[in-house]
Formats: sequence, structure tokens, C-alpha cells
Amino acid sequence: MFSRDIWKEIFETIQKNKLRTFLSGFTVALGILIFVVLFGFGNGLINTFNEFFSNDATNVFMVFRGRTTMPYKGYKANRTVEFDNSDLEDVEKNFPLFLEYLSPRITRQDTVSYKNESNSYSNWGVGPAHQYAEMNIIMKGRYINVMDIKNKTKNAVIGRLVEQDLFGSKNAVGKYIDVGGSSFKVIGVFQDDGGDNEERNIFVPYTTMQLIEKNTDKIDAMVIGFKPEIGYAGAMAFEKSLDKFIREKKYIHPQDRNGIFIRNVADQLRQNQQFARVLQIIVGFVAFGTIIAGIIGISNIMVFVVKERTKELGIRKALGATPKSVIGTILLESVFITTVSGFIGMLLGVGILSSMGERLEDFFITNPYIDMPMAIIATVVLIIFGGIAGYVPARRAARIKPIVALRDE
Amino acid sequence: MIEINNLHKSYKMGANSLHVLKGLNFSIKEGELVAIMGSSGSGKSTLLNILGMLDEADSGEYTLDGVPIKNLNETKAAKYRNKFLGFIFQSFNLINYKSAMENVALPLYYQKVPRKQREEKAIKYLSQVGLKEWAHHLPNELSGGQKQRVAIARAMAAEPKVLLADEPTGALDSKTSYEVMDLIQKINDDGNTILVVTHEEDIAHMCKRIVHLKDGVIVEDKKVDQVRASQYV
Ligand SMILES: Nc1ncnc2c1ncn2[C@@H]1O[C@H](COP(=O)(O)OP(=O)(O)OP(=O)(O)O)[C@@H](O)[C@H]1O
Ligand SMILES: [Mg+2]
Repeated sequence: MFSRDIWKEIFETIQKNKLRTFLSGFTVALGILIFVVLFGFGNGLINTFNEFFSNDATNVFMVFRGRTTMPYKGYKANRTVEFDNSDLEDVEKNFPLFLEYLSPRITRQDTVSYKNESNSYSNWGVGPAHQYAEMNIIMKGRYINVMDIKNKTKNAVIGRLVEQDLFGSKNAVGKYIDVGGSSFKVIGVFQDDGGDNEERNIFVPYTTMQLIEKNTDKIDAMVIGFKPEIGYAGAMAFEKSLDKFIREKKYIHPQDRNGIFIRNVADQLRQNQQFARVLQIIVGFVAFGTIIAGIIGISNIMVFVVKERTKELGIRKALGATPKSVIGTILLESVFITTVSGFIGMLLGVGILSSMGERLEDFFITNPYIDMPMAIIATVVLIIFGGIAGYVPARRAARIKPIVALRDE
Repeated sequence: MIEINNLHKSYKMGANSLHVLKGLNFSIKEGELVAIMGSSGSGKSTLLNILGMLDEADSGEYTLDGVPIKNLNETKAAKYRNKFLGFIFQSFNLINYKSAMENVALPLYYQKVPRKQREEKAIKYLSQVGLKEWAHHLPNELSGGQKQRVAIARAMAAEPKVLLADEPTGALDSKTSYEVMDLIQKINDDGNTILVVTHEEDIAHMCKRIVHLKDGVIVEDKKVDQVRASQYV
């Protein structure tokens, strides 16, 4: 069945029936191409989702303050909730079983300058533990430590891109920069996987920031790392009692959604992973639909091809073609075309995906890709079904009496 | 070479049935050149198709070269057609995307003759019908007569025991018809058995025997003095 002669015969037929070859090849190639690209985009969407959350530690709560919307225990609504250093101490004292680390956060936007270079950056007053929550990696120098907090030193840790902006290729560590009017010594440079914005941050000891701002003890938010071993359920329980504790201390109505807000990264990550999974299912569905459409397309073309060839097949039978050889010729031809064009479509799709790279990041598609086994499986599935789609009309054609086939016009 | 005995064939069309062949008997010996005549609808093509195993009789016996042709499955029928029979059709039935040579070589492909030999043989038979120079042309680049000569070369290529020609000259003008008949006569001179369906008297008289069909029965079966076609060419 696979002798060289049969292949030669098939190649000749393919060569001399270019339109037919093109039609079926095009359908298959397009089907696989769309499948690969869609699937890749789906993965790109999921990548974007994961990226939003993977660059911060996931065992972290952020406690933000807000403005009350409900009166409670004699306090009127519309009161601004404030956090101060005593809240840090209270949380530390009351939740020793859950707590791994704790850092305040005071967020400011300041103009930072070195010599002639100057720029506006996020300037955060934080404690040493903040490094773990943000998963900052120190490239050189060191992070803010306990002594910085205690002594209220004018030391700053700057992001990689801040150094690049202000110092060019020079080393920033040990140099003095001006931060919102005060001089700070750069003690470290960090990098962060969270993208450019996170590397355009500078961190200073929160105590220093409070000192400069008229010696207040106010803070904006609390960053609380919990022990990973407490698990998801433990984290949810911790969140609940923490919420209750702060509401009681600050006289916020238990139902007031705006007084404080706890961002549970673990929970959000979980929700987003669920969302990403749903997204993946939807994309998978659409991609699956494309393959089905491809199969239907190739089936139609095969029916058409066999119909068009009825008379030719009748002639071949009159000259001695057996039903087996009739089926074989049609099938081998169709499988050959689907295989070649299927893999062309697949490679094109993979090529398109890899040439996209970062160009679609604005559309929330990051690094679209399809794993090779997936692409190959889809292609093989289409080839197999293309074969089946060819087999059914081929068998019918093989069964037609030659005299009937010859009469076909 | 060919023996038929009480051959019946009807076509069913819905509830109706059209009895086309009503018990035919005849025998054809090797080397004969037989014309089958009759008016339109008398069953000539039906008979020829049954002899060619392109169609099946309802009842009766048919023996080809001593082999009883009965209850053949398609695969077997295909093998017999390939080995025993060559066809020449009124409408030529060449494969339009294959060159003259490839068309002639096709029956040999199904005989599993190696490509090189196939092509040599195809060229040989094409030169016999005077179309060596046209070997690489497609059918639509050939005239009707040339197409029929390619078809004859194709029928010859498999070196069959019997050549079956259904109105081989039906689509040709008289001059070209005589050329084709000349070719058929020469092939017959070499000892091949040939059946020619025709409704033209002059073509029939270029054969050696005329079988006359009417309403599904043989009304006349006579030997004739062959008129050579070469005198008109
Ligand atoms: N496939 C078919 N189905 C039904 N009836 C058919 C079929 N083929 C032929 N017939 C009928 O059988 C009869 C004989 O047909 P056949 O083709 O054998 O005639 P013929 O002698 O070859 O005629 P012509 O000279 O016109 O070619 C005709 O009446 C025709 O209508
Ligand atoms: Mg007829």
C-alpha cells in the first residue's frame, strides 16, 4: 500500500489538481493556525493574571484605612479612620500565633534628585519586614534594618530603575540623594519581578518619615505576613479576627465596608486562579470549536472532492482499480495534504505567537505560547479526523458500480 | 472466448421494471470482430457493460475465456477487467489531468508493472496509433479522433483478451471514424477478439460478423465480408 509507485501517483494527482489541494490544505492549515493562536492568547491572558499576583508574597494581608459610612457607638458616619504605631504593637501582641512579620506603610510621592537628575517617585516609609511582603531582591548594599527604625536614620533603599534614572551606570550606594527636601543616603538597590513600576520605588524607615512629618506617629497601612503553615483556612480565620479586632478598636460598624479594608493576597490569588481557570476553559472551548469547524470543513471538501472525482474513479475501476486501491488513493492523498498543511499551519501559528512576544501586553496578553505537545495533539487529531472524513465518501465511491460512476457527468 | 446463455437484465425504476435483455444466447470465438447493432434503446450498451463486468446480469450464464463470471465481488471484478478486458467508450473517458502517455499507462499501473516499463509500453502503443508525438499532451489538447486513438492505445496496453468498444466512432466524423476502424481492424488482424457496438451500417460492415438486437432479443446473427477501412483513409 505504501510503495513508491503509489506515492508517485498521489503526488502527480496533487500536483495536477492544485485548486483542490489548495482548498483542503488551506482549510486545515487555517483551522490549526487559529487554534494555536487562540490557545496561545488564552495562555497569554492567564500569564497576565498570574503576573499580577506572583511578584508579591502570597501569605500577606494589607490593612488599609478608609472613611466610615455608618454611625457606630456614638461616632458619626463619614469619619476618617487613622492608624498609628500603637496599632502595630497591638496586632503584634494579640496575634502571635498567626503572625510571621509586620510592617507599616506610609505612602508618599516625592521628587527625588541627585545632582542634575531629578524625578518623581513613590516614596514609602516602611519597616524591615516590608522587604518580604514585596519580595524585593537586594542587588547591592542592604535593606532597611531594625537599627534604621530605632535611630530614625536618613537612609534610603532605591529601586533598580531609580538608580538607572538618576545615576546612569554609576553605583548609587553610599551617595546622597534629595528626597522631598531632605537628604538621604542610599544604602541599597533592589530589583523586583513586578515590573517597572515596582522598581521605581524608594523605601525609607517609617520612623524617619514620621519624624520629618512633624514627629507624628500616624501610618497609612499595615502589611501583615502570616505563617504559611496556618494554611488557607487559618488565613481566613486570621483575617476574620483581625478585622473584628481593628473594628472594635477603631469603633467601626461590623457591616461598614468602607471603614477599613483588608486585602487578602492569598484569597485574591485563589479567586484569580479560579478566574484564570474559567478563562482557560472558555478559550479551550473556542479552540476546540475551531478544530471541530476544521473537521467539518475538511469533511465537506472531501465529499466535494470525491464527488468531483466520481467519473475518474469509474474510469480507474474500468481499467482495473480495486475498491481498496480507490480508497487508498483518496485517503493517502487527503492524509498527506492534511498532514503537510496541518503542520504548516501549526508552525505558522507557533511562529505568530512567538513573534508577538510583548506586543500584546496592552491587551492583557503576556508571552502567549502553546506547549508543543498540545499543538501536535491538535494537529494529529485534525489529521485523524480528516482521514475519517475522507474515508467515508471514499468508501462510498469505491462501492459505486463502475457503470454508474462512468455515467456521472 | 465469450459464451452467454439465456442472459436477462432489467432495470428497476421505482415500481416499474424495464426488461432490457430477454434471454440472449451467443458465443464468440477468439479472433472474431463482432458488430452489435440495433436501434437506440435496444440494449446494446447494456449487453456490452455486462460483458465488460461494469454491470451485472440478473440471470443467465456468462463465461469469459473459460472462466464463469458469477457473483464477483468488486475486487475480483476489477482484477478480471484489468486482466481480460479493454474498453473503448464513445466519450473516450480519458482522465483529463493526465497526459496521453499517463492515460495509456494507467491499466499497467493496476497490473503493478514498474513505472519505467509502463512508460515504455505506453509509448509503444501510442506509436502504434500514430500519436507518439502527442504523448505528453493533455486530452483537451487533442482532437476527438486523437482522443479515441489514445483510448484505443490504453485499451490495448493491458494486452487484454477482449476489446469492448461502445460506439467508438459515435462522436467522430466519417473520415476519422474510418481511421479508428482501420486501427481496430489492424488490432483484430493481430488476433485480438473485438466487440464493437454501433448503429452505423458502414461501421458494422467493417466487422466480420453482425449481431442484430431488437427489443432485447437477437433477431439476426450473420457473418459478413469485411470491408477494409484502409481504402477510405
Ligand atoms: N441505468 C439505467 N436505469 C434505467 N434504465 C436504463 C438504464 N440504462 C439503460 N436503461 C434503459 O435500458 C434500455 C436500453 O439501454 P441501452 O443503453 O442498453 O441502449 P442502447 O442500445 O445502448 O441505446 P443507444 O443506441 O441509444 O446507446 C433503454 O430503454 C434505456 O432507457
Ligand atoms: Mg448505447
